[in-house]
Order: sequence, then structure tokens, then C-alpha cells
Amino acid sequence: MNLTLKIWRQKGPQEKGKLVDYKVNDISEHMSFLEMMDVLNEQLINTEEEPVAFDHDCREGICGMCSMYINGEAHGPDKGITTCQLHMRSFKDGDTIYIEPFRAAAFPVIKDLVVDRTSFDRIQQSGGFISVNTSGNTQDANALPISKHAADEAMDAATCIGCGACVATCKNSSAMLFVGAKVSQYALLPQGKVEAADRVMNMVHQMDIEGFGNCTNTGACEIECPKGISLENIARMNREYLKASLKG
Amino acid sequence: MGILSSSIARKVAMALSALFLVFFLLMHVSVNLVSVFSEEAFNTASHFMGTNPLIQFVMQPILIFGVVFHFVLGFILELKNKKAVGVSYAKNNGAANSTWMSRNMIYSGLAILAFIVLHFIDFWFPEINHKYIEVLPEDPTRYYHELREKFVNPIRVGAYVIAFVFLILHLLHGFQSAFQSMGMNNKYSKGLKTFGKAYAIIIPLLFIFIALFHHFTH
Amino acid sequence: MSVLDSKVPEGPIKDKWTTYKDNINLVNPANKRNIDIIVVGTGLAGGSAAATLAEQGYNVKAFCYQDSPRRAHSIAAQGGINAAKNYMGDGDSNYRLFYDTVKGGDYRSREANVHRLAEVSGNIIDQCVAQGVPFARDYGGLLDNRSFGGVLVSRTFYAKGQTGQQLLLGAYSAMNRQIARGKIEMFNRHEMLDVVKVDGKARGIIARNLISGEIERHSAHAVVIATGGYGNVYFLSTNAMGSNATAAWKIHKKGAYFANPCYTQIHPTCIPRSGDYQSKLTLMSESLRNDGRIWVPANIEDSKAIQQGKLKPTEIAEENRDYYLERKYPAFGNLVPRDVASRAAKELCDAGYGVNATGEAVYLDFAAAIERYGNEQAKIHGHHNPSKEKITALGEGVIEEKYGNLFQMYEKIAAENPYKTPMMIYPATHYTMGGVWVDYNLMTTVPGLYCIGEANFSDHGANRLGASALMQGLADGYFVLPYTIGDYLSDDIRTGKIATDTPEFDAVEKEVTDRINFFVNNKGTKSVDHFHKRLGKVMWDKVGMARNEKGLKEAMAEIKAIREEFWKEVKVPGDANEMNPELEKAGRVADFLELGELFAKDALDRNESCGGHYREESVVKEGEQKGEALRNDKDYAYVSAWEYKGEPSDAILHKEELEFKDIELKQRSYK
Repeated sequence: MNLTLKIWRQKGPQEKGKLVDYKVNDISEHMSFLEMMDVLNEQLINTEEEPVAFDHDCREGICGMCSMYINGEAHGPDKGITTCQLHMRSFKDGDTIYIEPFRAAAFPVIKDLVVDRTSFDRIQQSGGFISVNTSGNTQDANALPISKHAADEAMDAATCIGCGACVATCKNSSAMLFVGAKVSQYALLPQGKVEAADRVMNMVHQMDIEGFGNCTNTGACEIECPKGISLENIARMNREYLKASLKG
Repeated sequence: MGILSSSIARKVAMALSALFLVFFLLMHVSVNLVSVFSEEAFNTASHFMGTNPLIQFVMQPILIFGVVFHFVLGFILELKNKKAVGVSYAKNNGAANSTWMSRNMIYSGLAILAFIVLHFIDFWFPEINHKYIEVLPEDPTRYYHELREKFVNPIRVGAYVIAFVFLILHLLHGFQSAFQSMGMNNKYSKGLKTFGKAYAIIIPLLFIFIALFHHFTH
Repeated sequence: MSVLDSKVPEGPIKDKWTTYKDNINLVNPANKRNIDIIVVGTGLAGGSAAATLAEQGYNVKAFCYQDSPRRAHSIAAQGGINAAKNYMGDGDSNYRLFYDTVKGGDYRSREANVHRLAEVSGNIIDQCVAQGVPFARDYGGLLDNRSFGGVLVSRTFYAKGQTGQQLLLGAYSAMNRQIARGKIEMFNRHEMLDVVKVDGKARGIIARNLISGEIERHSAHAVVIATGGYGNVYFLSTNAMGSNATAAWKIHKKGAYFANPCYTQIHPTCIPRSGDYQSKLTLMSESLRNDGRIWVPANIEDSKAIQQGKLKPTEIAEENRDYYLERKYPAFGNLVPRDVASRAAKELCDAGYGVNATGEAVYLDFAAAIERYGNEQAKIHGHHNPSKEKITALGEGVIEEKYGNLFQMYEKIAAENPYKTPMMIYPATHYTMGGVWVDYNLMTTVPGLYCIGEANFSDHGANRLGASALMQGLADGYFVLPYTIGDYLSDDIRTGKIATDTPEFDAVEKEVTDRINFFVNNKGTKSVDHFHKRLGKVMWDKVGMARNEKGLKEAMAEIKAIREEFWKEVKVPGDANEMNPELEKAGRVADFLELGELFAKDALDRNESCGGHYREESVVKEGEQKGEALRNDKDYAYVSAWEYKGEPSDAILHKEELEFKDIELKQRSYK
């Protein structure tokens, strides 16, 4: 199929960017979206133009590196997948495809479609862990039974890949699904309860410092999340936060 | 903003003020509904509401504070969120993942705000004027007629109807959103959402019904 | 005599690690504050090492090329992690895990290292649970285990199909805690481009800031390389696009020996290539082989028709199908080890029996399993005389429960419904057992330079067992390196900060910048990927699943030729002082082009078939096992450690003889 691409080009963080049109031809429907981008880049290299910079790594939907806002949706039109899992069969011959970087003040553009998501790391550093040292003397793993239900729910929250689609999709650029998932994972497990109050206070504080917006419960994040992280996690975080605040 | 310095605290404050207003709507519609059935009962109720010191000097200021708080905080959040977004997308397909209502609370809110201004001009300012500025003699039977007169003008009734349609849209998202904000998302949420939707539609429809009733029975 | 000293402690194998720990030198906590350690790579090995070293009090500088340490490719591991906990009470023990790993590695790993791995395996699970890793549990709230990779016990812990992700996020969380405390300084989007030696010891690295293009000097008292394997030498593999061998190769060129590069694991159940544009291959858990039957058409005409899209697999009658694994290996059938299954698929596809447009695919068919489970379910639920549709529906339900997410993934990629038509699979490079040679302390042949995880060669011999990679990465990082490195660093407590404004740093930085400048200034005509794809094709065709002397010699010559052309014709757009993904790739491919040749040379030297390395010359000549891999313990029971001497073909072989005191060497048989 032949396609017109409208791609955001931006030389560097301080430069102005704009959408630039490109044509790609003979794209196979079996290609992944990123393979189509590879084809475009190969074409650009051959015509002495600078290839489009975009983040990608595992190309199997788990590392969370790929981003891209495709035709107005994070990770493109299909649900439950990342951009690297999107295939060209989701498009038609002659389509015009808008490709923009994930937008949020807390995700500044580095170059073209590459954005800086280290704000997510800093939120995790503010409390997204359990304070246990590696010693080899930790208690036996089975010393603390955890109900299957809690473990499964924690696992569901923990599947977040930190891609930032929730923020990119949110009309408020809120990071609450991301933070809620991490807070939930630990809040659901007995190991995490010890530090639960400090954790939620610190992580929410850091989230606010980073300049993410306020959640207005549109639910868009849950729909666009490639891993289907549930809004319940935001509610749980709100609860945990209220509990922690009231405790003082 | 002190206690409202965190995003979640602001969210909860929005939710609490919203639920307060939602409850107020129920009271308001109940009183109004009486006007459809009985002039006398409506006058009694209105007179009570208008003269009872607890309602006048405690509940009314709280209500005004609630309304103002909800709006002001709503605007602040909207501005903060705009700032958090930064550059907006050239192409954004919001309909793919969220309802129109949820994305446009600020606009439905503004429409409602505009209506409240009208409402104040129509009812509240004359009331205040009547009672506290010109200090006219109290007539416990005046309320019903004043109400009827307001709904003669079809333009006003039209505005009234449109405003309540916006209220439906606002509540359709707002009702369930408030519970999510306060941390409630569990096995009861589904039922609550259904109830919220029903509430969001029925209450404003009742207001509309009352307005149309008085307009057409004049 | 070999110059390699493996430094394996004396004494019975069960006591070696304990005795060793009791006797090594320690660095006291106050002195650790004065010691810096660089850790390159933040996967399971690097992440866990960085966190643990920081907890102990060292100042750690950690580097990763991704935008966050959480994205290292360990995250993609699906199956699970082994540990000899014996929670299932099925007779597991440290010894059994040790034994299985050595045997699985086809007796080409170092006994003492493997035993230590088994000893600390239990601690890993304890540690991860304490960190909040949500492993699967049973209804009693205890940890669940499954069996994996044809071993006789259930010792694999798992978190859905995302065990690697959860373990990595655990290590990442431990790192975050130390980053917040200031004990780890994290350098995201940084790539190590060389190591700096001072007085023979590793004292720092040169790294490129991938955002600004700035070349940076970083010094430390020890350098730890944890940058994973070199599977991308094949261009197509299940590795991440960015996975590269640059750090490992650069230290090799600076004196670290490279061991057993030819040991590569080719995984049989990957989704086949669909065209030349393919950029990577996706693995599907090999658990699929528990229920799927592998076949190709028995008649080559049918294969041809399928390749041309004229025939559908479901239209081929049962008697016209060749269930070749069941035919050749009746005892193990579809569950033969990874290398055997992979080779069998390649042989048939090479002979023209392949089943997709590229001719490189075989079927993995669940129809029989669906019917079997369907009948079973019908009985359980008391359906008498169920219709065929009912049975199919019931059977599909069971399959969905077991493999639902894999089927879904397959459908997304291949756009075919694997419940209704057989899946197509083909082998792909998955893991590299070879790597930088290390001694018992995990130190390379360069003092102060360590190598852990997949990047080193130590624990898996010639073949890695399922669910053992995660175990090794975390064992090295959490429980081995943090001890062994102290023994070395105890001499450095008075050294003080290592200066970076020295001639040694100047010289290495110049090498690095010269190379970068060459790339951006070279007026070539072909893209980096062009060369990478050509290298990959040679590797796959001649240094792939089956290797022979002629092919390997050709491969060495061809790779050399591609390399020479690369240095003339490579075209790298953009500048050095900006984010430039093509420049990053150019450096990596340049290193693969050297590594590939050494890889072939190593394969040529090892004229035996062992584990993932299959030499056509070394097979059983007659009898029931005819044609099967034949190991040669008399001549090849050694580790090949290669010393860099300029061209890869000039590398000098050093042999570390392997001794098996606790295990009897046996030939594998799956007939």
C-alpha cells in the first residue's frame, strides 16, 4: 500500500518543530508499524535526508520504549498493544497517517518523536520500592503467605510497562494511572504495607512536582493502556492517599 | 494552596463539593416539584426556606461557598491541566477512548455557570432585595405567582431548558467521577454508575418538566 | 600451559562457596564510601549488582543506553526463574539443580560456578518476594511452581508470562531506592564506548551521551560489564533492537578474553519472518510444544502449493502430514530439546518443505490437543454424544486457558487464528551462552574489570536450560559479585579518586572520537542496516544451527570482506553532537562485524557437536542414534578463551580445561 505520513520533526529540545509530509510506497500489510518507519528511514538515508528519530527497543510490547501518537491515539488505533505491535494491516492504501510524539509538559521532546520520560523514573525513585537490602538472610519466601487474589491483583497492577501512553492520552497529561499502578502493587502486598503511607505521599508529591496534570476521570488512560491497567488503581491510590493524609 | 496543594487533595475537594451540589439539586427539585401539585404547599415551603434563619444564614452561605468553590477550583484545575499539557496534538481522536462529557466538563460547567448567573438575576437578587435591602413586607403567598411569571417568557424557558441539558451532560460524567475521585471503585461501582446516570438524567429532566409545565399552563 | 587461572577454591564442591566467603578480604563500611564502581547495563545482572553494591556503601555509577534502566531486555523473558527451593516436595535440591544445569549445558560449563549458582538460587526467590515481586501463588497463598524445559522437578517460579519483567522491575525498584539515596548515579541514554585501563587495571570508561552526543569520561576503582548477549550478530533475533556487544567487544580488545562465542541458543518456537523488511523475531514460550504437534507436508508438492498460497494446511489429510519430531524421536517427540527441534525444522525447510511464503516455517498444530481436551471436558461435564462443534469449543476453552495470551500475540502478529489453523513457527537466535571469560570471582582477564549475566560465559556451558538465564543474572548481581568484588577492592581503600585528566583517558577518548568522526564524515553509499543484514545472513546460513568446516571458513572470509566494505562504504547521516540513532548503530555493527568472525573461528576450532553448537562432521555415524550430535570429551572438554591480537582471525586460543569431579559425563539421547 502507499501512504502519506505527517511526521513531527524537531531537531532538538529547544528548536521549533513542525509536521512534515512523507510518502512511502509498497508497504506490506504484514509489516509492523515500526518496520514501516524503518523503510521510511532507509529511504531518507538514501536521499540524503536525516532519518526520523523514534524510541523503540524490544519490539515485542514489553520494554515500554516505543511511543508515538498515531492518528490521534497513543500507540495507534488498535487497543491493548504498543506501537511496535501495531501492524500495517490496520491501515488502508492511500491513508494519511499523523505521527506525533507523546505530548505532555512533563515529557519534553528530545528530538523528532523521542521524548524524555525520566519524570517517571523520578516518581519511582521517590518511593516506588520496598526498603529491603540484599543480604541473603531475608526470610523464606513462603514464610509470608499472600492470598492468591491479592497476588494476582498486585500482578495486574505491576504489568505496567511505563510507556507513558496514559499521560499522552490524558487530556490533562495526568500520570495517575502510572503512579496508581505502582502504589497499588505495593499496597496490595503485605511486604509493601509497612511503608505504604510514606510511599503514596512521596510519590504523589513527586508526580505533582514533575508537572503532570490533575485526573478528571475521563478513563481514556485505561482504554489506551497497552497493558489494560485498570482505573481501580487510581481509586486505590486516592484511598491510600486519603488514609495517609488523615493519619498525618 | 495549603490543604489543596496536592493533585489528589484537589481532586477529592472537587468531588466533595460536587456531591454537596448534587445533593442540593435534589432538595431544590423537590421544592420546585411541589409547585406543580399545590400552590399552597409551594408557598409554605418557599416561605420556610426563605425565612428560616438556619437555612438563610447557615445553609445558604455554605451553598454559595460550595458553588463558588466548585467553580473556582474547577477553573484552577483547568488552567493547571492546560499548563501540564503544553503543546497540543495536531490530530487527537479523543472519542476513541473517552466520552464527550468527560472531556468537556469545563464547557458544560461554564454553561451551567451562565445559567446560575441568570438564575440569580431572576430569583435570588430580587429575593435578597425584597428581604434585606428594601425590606418589603413579607407576604407568604407571593412565591408561587412570582415563579409562574418567570416562566411566561419563552426565551427564558428555552435558556432554562438548554442549561439543564448541559447539567445532564455535566452530571453524567461528574456523578460517578466524584466517587472514583474519593477512592471508590469496587463491586458496587457498577450499580452506582447506573444510579448516577439515572440521577444525572432524571433530576435535570424534572427541572425542565417544571419549567415547561408552568410555561404551558400559564 | 594455559595462562587462565579460574581461581576456583579448593575443597569439596558443596563447601567451596562458603569457604571462599569465609576467607576473602572485606572492605569495611567506612572505606566503601571512598570506592567508586561503574556498572554498565541495567538488566537483571547489572541492575541487581548496582543496587546491591550501593546498599553495601560503594558509590555506584550505572549506565544504560535505554531511556530508563527499567527497559533492559531482561524484561522480555517470559517463562520463569529456577530455584532449588523444593517447595513442591518433589525431591529437588541444590545438587539436582546443579546437575541439571551442567548436564543441560552439555558438560561445557565450570562445575564450581554452577554449584554456586544453585546454592544461591533460593536466596533469589526470598529476595524478590521481599521486594514485592508478585510471583504466582496457589490458593493457600504459597508460591506456585511449574516444570520447565524437560527437567524432572517443578522448580520454576513465575509471574504470569512476564517473569523477566517482574524481576527486572524488582531490581529497578532496588536501584531507585539507591538513586534516591544518592548512592547510585544513574546515566540513562548513555552508551559505553570503551574501557580505560591505568597500570593494567580497569579504571574507567568512555561513554557517549546519546542525547547530546557528548563524549564523557567516568572513572572508578572497578568496572562491571553487564550488557547482555550478542545474539544480534545474526541481525534477526529475539533480542531487542538496541541489544549489542559493544561493551563486551571493546573490553575484549583491551585484554579481556572472549570465551566460547560459538555457543548460541536457537529457540525453535518463534514467529517466522514474513519478509525482507523484518526487523526482529518474536519468541513464543516453548510451553506451546507441550500441546502442539509439529509437522510439515509429507509431499513436497503440497509444500510448494502452500508457499504459493494455493493450499491451506487444514486441507492436507492426516496421512499426508509428516510429524517429523514424533517420527524421528519417538521417546521425546515434540518435546526434544531446543537445539534438536530447531535443527530438524531447518533441515526440512532447507529441503523445500517449509510452509510460508518465505519457505521458512513449520506448523505447530493444536487441532489434536483441542480434540483431546474437548473429549476430556465433555466427559467431565457429562455431555453424552457431544457434537464435533461442542468438542472443539470445549477443547478450545482449555487451550485458551493455558495459552490464551500467546495465541492472542500470535494472532496480532500473524493475523491468523491459531485455534482454527495451525500456527507457523521457525527457530530464531535467542541467547548466547558464550561471552567474556571470567574467573570464579567473575573477573575478566583484566584486573578490576568484571563481567556478569549473559555477557559472561560462565554458567550455561554449551546450552542453557529454560528459566536459568534469569537465575544466573540475579545470582551474579545480588549474591556473587557483591562479595567477590570486595576481595579485589580491599586493596584500593587508600587509592583515592581516580583522576580522568590523565594520558590514559586522553588516549582512549581519542580512539572513541576518531571512530565517531570517521562515521559521520565518511562519504559512503550504504546504510548501516544494509551491512548488518548481510552479516546476519552469513551468520545464519553458515554459522547457524548446523555448521561445517567449509561453511565456517567461507563465513570468516565473507565476514571479513563485508567488514572491509563497511569501513569504506558505510553512510551515517547526521552529526556527532546530537541524538543520532544511525551513528549508534554504526558503532555496534562495526563491533558485530568483528565478533562474527571470531564466532566463526571458534566454531571452526570446536570440531565437536555440543549443546547449541552442531558440527556436521561430529555426528554419530551409525546405529539408532545415527546423525545425532556427538560430543567429544577427549579433545574438547575445555573452554575456548580467545585473546585479541588485531584481526579477529589472529585471535589466540587459550584453553581452560574443564574438570568434572562430581558429575559423570554422558551423551544425550532423545530417541
